[in-house]
Amino acid sequence: MEHSLLLNACVYLGAAVIAVPLSKRLGMGAVLGYLVAGILIGPFGFRLIAEAEDALHFAEFGVVLLLFLIGLELEPSRLWALRRPIFGWGGAQVALVAATLFGAALLLGIGWKLALIAGLGLSLSSTAIALASLEERNLMPTPAGQAGFSILLFQDIAAIPMIAIVPLLGIPDDDPGGNAWIAVLKVVGVLAGLIVGGRFLVRPLLRFIAKTDAREIFTAFALLLVIAISLLMQSVGMSMALGAFMAGVLLADSEYRHALETDLEPFKGLLLGLFFIAVGMSVDFAVFLARPAVVLGLVAGFLLLKTGVLYALSRGFGMARGQHLQFALMLSQGGEFAFVVFGAAAAARVFSAEVASILVVVVALSMVVTPLVLMAHDRLSARRQGARKSDEADAIEPNEDHVIIAGFGRFGQIVGRFLHASGVSLTVLDHDPDQVDVLRRFGFKVFYGDATRADLMRAAGAARARALVVAIDDIEDSLALVDAVRSEYPDLTIFARARNVTHYYQLMDRGVSLIERETFEAAIKLGRSVLTAGLGQSAYRTRQAADKFRKYNLQNVLAVYPYYKDRDTYVSMAKRARDELETMIARDRRAVDDESGHDWD
Amino acid sequence: MTAPDILVLYAHPAPQRSPVNRRLAEAARALPNVALQDLYELYPDFDIDPERERALLAQARLVVFLHPIRWYGMPSILKEWMDVVLRPGWAYSNGSGDGEGALRGKACWLVTTTGSGPEAYQAGGMHGHPFDAFVLPIRQSARLCGMDWLAPLIMHGAFAASEAAVDAHVHEFARRLAGYAASPILPPAEARHGA
Repeated sequence: MEHSLLLNACVYLGAAVIAVPLSKRLGMGAVLGYLVAGILIGPFGFRLIAEAEDALHFAEFGVVLLLFLIGLELEPSRLWALRRPIFGWGGAQVALVAATLFGAALLLGIGWKLALIAGLGLSLSSTAIALASLEERNLMPTPAGQAGFSILLFQDIAAIPMIAIVPLLGIPDDDPGGNAWIAVLKVVGVLAGLIVGGRFLVRPLLRFIAKTDAREIFTAFALLLVIAISLLMQSVGMSMALGAFMAGVLLADSEYRHALETDLEPFKGLLLGLFFIAVGMSVDFAVFLARPAVVLGLVAGFLLLKTGVLYALSRGFGMARGQHLQFALMLSQGGEFAFVVFGAAAAARVFSAEVASILVVVVALSMVVTPLVLMAHDRLSARRQGARKSDEADAIEPNEDHVIIAGFGRFGQIVGRFLHASGVSLTVLDHDPDQVDVLRRFGFKVFYGDATRADLMRAAGAARARALVVAIDDIEDSLALVDAVRSEYPDLTIFARARNVTHYYQLMDRGVSLIERETFEAAIKLGRSVLTAGLGQSAYRTRQAADKFRKYNLQNVLAVYPYYKDRDTYVSMAKRARDELETMIARDRRAVDDESGHDWD
Repeated sequence: MTAPDILVLYAHPAPQRSPVNRRLAEAARALPNVALQDLYELYPDFDIDPERERALLAQARLVVFLHPIRWYGMPSILKEWMDVVLRPGWAYSNGSGDGEGALRGKACWLVTTTGSGPEAYQAGGMHGHPFDAFVLPIRQSARLCGMDWLAPLIMHGAFAASEAAVDAHVHEFARRLAGYAASPILPPAEARHGA
């Protein structure tokens, strides 16, 4: 038995390790990679794993962990602040999508119970897929990301009453009505226990365990906590995921929030991956093959309707132009809660097992399809953008002596606004469409998209640029852009923002010589303020000390450069550099002390 | 309380190493009706605020330049101050020649120190010229702006001055500042010399 467990683990991990990097390499994202891996190893692929059901059940814990972590991010105060988007937008989304699907189903002549349950279940989206898609595209900080996040959160909450209502529509069991009250009481009791226990039991326990300094026990406790709460919630008939979410919210303002997050993050990632694999495996191609036309028609109809409603809704969410469709597509798939809702409905005999499995296949297929559709959408809009841009760039020939700024976040903005104020004509590349809109309104030439793509650089007029400012947040993207520009536009001078010293060296490796460490100057300035405003030292003398410090520091950074690749030498050199810095600081002080003589009048 | 009508422009790049100028500045700061601008302290990055400096100048009746002499001139920040604050057309009228700008009629007083003794400032001495020769640029600047040039207060050999001599010098500086605040007892140098 253990043997088969390990063997299964081997298959899962192997499939993930092969499929996910391949999929990312092809630009398809991790989610699709997992899904494909699942299909390949599942009963309709190479049949490496037989019991897809078990895997799905186990992997649902990944979703549970995901919701716990989402809860951790949401302090009650933040949740309260987000109440409008969560309940307003989320409520509107669930109600409108469910109503539309319900109506459509009725028109097709489907019974109202089935139509209602299908509509409700399918109105939910996949938190795991949608969040991953938003994050992959760096959209979380944008209004689209916020709206998506709020809606997903509402869906997670809304799933609970759905799961509770569904059995009421079914053939009544022999349960007497009084049980409902007991069930409600149980839920209330568990929730109260959770709130009280969370504050007065879990936190002291966390503190106690943290003090013992046994890291793995802290991790074990974190897992134990989530599993125990989830099981508890399940035992009173609520969903595990919602329980975990509430537990997360309860611990969100505790001092161990970050420790819990970092400890659970890898588990969440792996289990979510397993969940996607299991979804891939659970696509029942037998149902599909029995009535391919019906299933495909349902998938297409469902996706069209849901995307349409989301698209219409998104116009009210104040997101950037051109983002509405992307947003609608991201939330268009069926979600993991749909499996639970349909499972509950089948168990309550609202509809037959066959109908349930058709619905499950529809949801699973929609999960497979949406990442593909999204990818196609990204490709298409990028091409349209690129084409439009190159026309535009050609049309505006005289805009020759411009400076390109890649990345217009906190850093790039300051550089850009300063250059703009100094009358330099700018071309800005950024992947946040909101920024792009605002900047265009102010007459900047702005290109939306991934700056590391060569065609975007070409469209932006890299060939006629005087300089390129690389101000991208992400280190890998920054280096990728530098690589691309070095090979395609070797004469373009690069001015780069370095996130840290290693990044500084990596930029030097690529022949970039005009580099600024992003925090260094600000830190020195603050240090000067401490010395003058805080400690009353002479401002001019402090400036001289700061200048000296900066010079030594840069010398140091450059001196260590030849050794940084060799890790061992690097460490010892870094240590030596630190010793040198100490010597230099001491020498600084001696130098200043020496100047206390009376050589001035 | 009236607005301070004496403006002391104090420029010393290393006050911690100054035995005389720092005490002169402290003495000036202690007086009412004196606004002291410690230029190196206010503008360590030389990013002088010309508007603010001009506003202070406009209020003043007497402008005091308080600084040591190095390399035959004023400390670099004071030159920068002149460059950005004394804008032609404001400090003096640049069109019609003879100063009609904002500084016209104000008094200008140079209070300075030298490292060498007085004997170094003569033909054949270490510095080859009388001290007045080195004061010429600032003096002519004041004149261009239509300011009254008061006889400078100079302490030669401040580098090696005795404690008592410094005390006496500081006392004299403070006395004359306080006196000027009451009434302009220092006659303009031009008037005294009848030039």
